[in-house]
Amino acid sequence: MHNRHMSRYFFVFVFPTLLAFLLSFVIPFILGIVLSFTDFTSIIDAKWVGISNYIEAFSNKDFLNALRFTVKIAIVTVITVNFFAMCLALLLTRKIRGTNVFRAIFFMPNLIGGIVLGYIWQLIINGVLYKFGVTLTYKPEYGFWGLVILMNWQMIGYMMVIYIAAIQSIPNTLIEAAKIDGASPFQILTRIKLPIIMPSITICLFLTMANSFKNFDSNLALTAGAPSRKTAMLALDIYNTFYNTLNGEGVGQAKAVVFFIIVAVIAFLQLKLTRRKEVDNV
Amino acid sequence: MKDNKGNALLFILLFILSVLYLIPILIVFINSFKGRLYISDQPFALPNAETFYGLKNYTIGLAKTGFFKAAFWSFFITVLSVGVIVICTSMTGWFITRVRNRVNNFLYYAFVFSMIVPFQMVMYTMTKIANMLNLDNPVGIAVIYLGFGAGQSVFLFSGFVKSIPVELEEAAMIDGCNPVKTFFWVVFPVLKPIAITVAILNAMWIWNDYLLPYLVIGAEYKTIPIAIQYLKTGYGGIDMGAMMAMLVLAIIPIIVFYLACQRYIIEGVIAGAVKG
Repeated sequence: MHNRHMSRYFFVFVFPTLLAFLLSFVIPFILGIVLSFTDFTSIIDAKWVGISNYIEAFSNKDFLNALRFTVKIAIVTVITVNFFAMCLALLLTRKIRGTNVFRAIFFMPNLIGGIVLGYIWQLIINGVLYKFGVTLTYKPEYGFWGLVILMNWQMIGYMMVIYIAAIQSIPNTLIEAAKIDGASPFQILTRIKLPIIMPSITICLFLTMANSFKNFDSNLALTAGAPSRKTAMLALDIYNTFYNTLNGEGVGQAKAVVFFIIVAVIAFLQLKLTRRKEVDNV
Repeated sequence: MKDNKGNALLFILLFILSVLYLIPILIVFINSFKGRLYISDQPFALPNAETFYGLKNYTIGLAKTGFFKAAFWSFFITVLSVGVIVICTSMTGWFITRVRNRVNNFLYYAFVFSMIVPFQMVMYTMTKIANMLNLDNPVGIAVIYLGFGAGQSVFLFSGFVKSIPVELEEAAMIDGCNPVKTFFWVVFPVLKPIAITVAILNAMWIWNDYLLPYLVIGAEYKTIPIAIQYLKTGYGGIDMGAMMAMLVLAIIPIIVFYLACQRYIIEGVIAGAVKG
């Protein structure tokens, strides 16, 4: 009764969101997949070319380089961000004065947009490198580590906040009991704290990885891919293929589909892992 | 006693770390008062009689970027889009959770699916469609943000609705309220905590977003990130002095917003991360 009476209101409650969702997500998404198999410069002049865009994408030096570069950035960033975030979270859950202020400071860079972050770090890193007579875009390695530092600064506070919430939810009695049984602080960390907050660690690892993979703004602002597109991550390479390459649209869209599949696989793995952990806990 | 000493040391360590953490912003601030030629060479030096430039970087930067106009558009687009997103997706999230049928189930999974799709996948086609439908203006872009942000927002609202009892709504309906009235008078007040989370997550995203507004409305309307990027790509090469001044102006509203609702922001981010 409740259900049937309500169903008539579908139009009022769902239609506005659904219409916008169709226009700016569903249709562009499906069209994007279709267009990746065509040659086009505007949507109406598309000509079917099969998988040749994909072949071209995977034989494209810039794309392969961006793929390698992005994977390397993601691996280093996932490890460093989560290591430092966990250290800070462990420090800030001890009873020290001013914890809230420290927490607020470490979190703050996360609110600043990627473009602004990029130019802040461009200034700092170029300032340091100036002493050695080079700039950030002199060698790809500089851009690599620049991005790693930038992303650490951006994400450590975010992950730290999630870890703090997880650590604070550990029942105190558990830790007291372990202390009475003579457990060392290190044992308490590795045998009690870390296993209990494992679900949060999984979430943070995947969040960091997804954020690293999808990074565009700070990449554009920090190096814009220089020198010679060597420091372009996947998102920036796709952008360059679309808008800075002659007739690049088809290949750009194929690259975008590959990019989507990579991100989707990461998300799917996360879902499977977190689901399993939940079952284990029950 | 020993513990106190250890904590004092930790306090000093954390204090040093947090100062180091803030130094990049401080350096940008200091450099915004130095002449453009003295910034790349010696960014870590304080301004002196020779390098001090007063507020000239600010006046030059403001003129070059039209910063206040950009700030207005950033503010306008963020407020409008967040308002539209909160109202529309809360209604949708509640409806498809309460009325279980095949269509609504399918929609729920479609929204969840959209959360994992990176922007580049729809970048080109969505820009074209926005252009064709005349959504390429500061009002129309709210429709784009609603569509692209719907996934996470519907998901968060839906998850919250599952945890609240249905009896109150049923009582209201039995008393003769239609679903629209029931939603706005009875349900929405209960949704307030998650509505704040959704508003903050979307506001942070839209305020800082660069690529979507650049592609959709960037030719005519600049938001703050677009104005800053324009300093680099615009005519006459990069003026580091103006850049520093504009970075400072771009950071100020964020810090004010953060100080004003820090608790909500941090809670919202945790909720969004853990559930999303």
